[in-house]
Amino acid sequence: MDIEFQHVSYTYQPNTPFEFQALKDISLSIESGSYAAIIGHTGSGKSTLIQHLNGLLQPTEGEVAIGPHRLKADEKAKTLRELRKQVGIVFQYPEHQLFEETVEKDIAFAPKNFGLSDAEVKRRTKQAIEAVQLSEDVLQRSPFELSGGQMRRAAIAGVLAMKPQVLVLDEPTAGLDPKGQSDMMDMFARLHRNQGMTTILVTHSMEDALAYAEHLFILNEGEKYMEGKPEHLFLDKNALADVNLDLPEMISFLKRLETYTGHAIPYRNQSVTELAKDVAEIVKKGARS
Amino acid sequence: MSSSLIIGQFIPGSSFIHKLDPRTKIIIIFCFVVIVFFANSVMSYGLLTLFAVGAALATRIRPSFLLKGMKPLWFLVGFTFLLHLFITKEGEILFTVLSFDIYSEAVEQGAAISLRFFLLILFTSLLTLTTTPIEITDAIEELLGPLKKVRFPVHELALMMSISLRFIPTLLQETEKISKAQASRGMDLKTGSAKERIKAVVPLLVPLFVSAFKRAEELAMAMEARGYRGGEGRTKLRELKAGKLDGVSGCIFMIIIIGLFMTRN
Repeated sequence: MDIEFQHVSYTYQPNTPFEFQALKDISLSIESGSYAAIIGHTGSGKSTLIQHLNGLLQPTEGEVAIGPHRLKADEKAKTLRELRKQVGIVFQYPEHQLFEETVEKDIAFAPKNFGLSDAEVKRRTKQAIEAVQLSEDVLQRSPFELSGGQMRRAAIAGVLAMKPQVLVLDEPTAGLDPKGQSDMMDMFARLHRNQGMTTILVTHSMEDALAYAEHLFILNEGEKYMEGKPEHLFLDKNALADVNLDLPEMISFLKRLETYTGHAIPYRNQSVTELAKDVAEIVKKGARS
Repeated sequence: MSSSLIIGQFIPGSSFIHKLDPRTKIIIIFCFVVIVFFANSVMSYGLLTLFAVGAALATRIRPSFLLKGMKPLWFLVGFTFLLHLFITKEGEILFTVLSFDIYSEAVEQGAAISLRFFLLILFTSLLTLTTTPIEITDAIEELLGPLKKVRFPVHELALMMSISLRFIPTLLQETEKISKAQASRGMDLKTGSAKERIKAVVPLLVPLFVSAFKRAEELAMAMEARGYRGGEGRTKLRELKAGKLDGVSGCIFMIIIIGLFMTRN
């Protein structure tokens, strides 16, 4: 489903002393089936923006179009249920939303709410638990006796069981150990490839944004600051520094390498091992000349 | 929360009402609540209204915001008025609506009681609007201080109060977050039979309790780690001090009380 924001603004608690405008005239579009990332400093409006994607919030001004669904200011959305079925949001610390006696029941919560048959719910539960790489005997256990990482996977399975066409991830790796983080990100990349979902990642990690996203949006104080391909945006160090964002490690390393040795290695989403080989190559050449 | 009810919310400001000692505010409000019931003439009601409205204006909070914040309570005030209008059957018959006789006493009574109600709500909400929860608990601890002599656990009570007050916004935020997460998974609190709707609250309550218990445990641990061991010999960072302002407000209030008793019938 194509997603389009047209001049969207959002104000919290309008007409009170606590009035706060979180989004200011945002226009953007995300192509169906693409992997987009949204980055920005704390308070830049990322979380507010994604809550428009399934109608949890309605714009105070402007219009949001998600596939055939429309969200407009001052107009009740008619197809909210259908919209929520098609857009899955994995919130920050999704393990906080677990509540059922068993993992199986918890995963089945969303598909049941959307009125699927028992057989279909069962099938989806199984698929979802496989997708998040938990073993099937976890299904009968209480979600509260799992480890932190397992709980998060179980909660994510609860969203995947809806088979959403758009998957929104709000800092899905926060609080995980480094190995858990990369496993989690690889899992989402695989889901994105295999199921053709439109994936929208909200993250603080420049590395993840660079490595996984095809299109990148940078927000600053409720406004769209920049957008484009991550490998292009990350070339502009000063523009990023202006909004308190760092360069991804890989890019800043390549830049320093160029300054010190005069050899430019282009970024092509290489792994650290591949990069090490490139560097070794340069060093060898340097020794020869 | 986009709730329009403002009672219990603190609005930062620098008016002299904000600066008053919270003990003064609590005592004045407590007395006000009592003396409102002594008013029985137009003059005495006028005096109290003048005082309450004056105090509300002195907080420098936008009046429109105050009135809008009391919106959910307007219904209650209106309902009280109507109740008195139809039930009281004294005085002369003024007019008849749909075969109901409306008596002059009824209009008077209804107006008086609704006004009383309005004054109570307006005046008491000024306390929380202009005083931080911490100040309120400090003041209550001080005011209840004498009860320590009879071994009443004043400090513990105040601590419990400030902890619960501190966690109300946190819990509200948590509720909002979880209800959004469950709404995204198709939870629906607004449709279905009464039984279905009650059942639909479970996905909200369970995670809320889990996180509340976890938080309580962490808080207890953090307090212990910082050497908390009860109120014995504890000093305060911010001592409450009554100043000139408090004296002046006390005097004004005394004058109002005297005025009230002079204008009563």
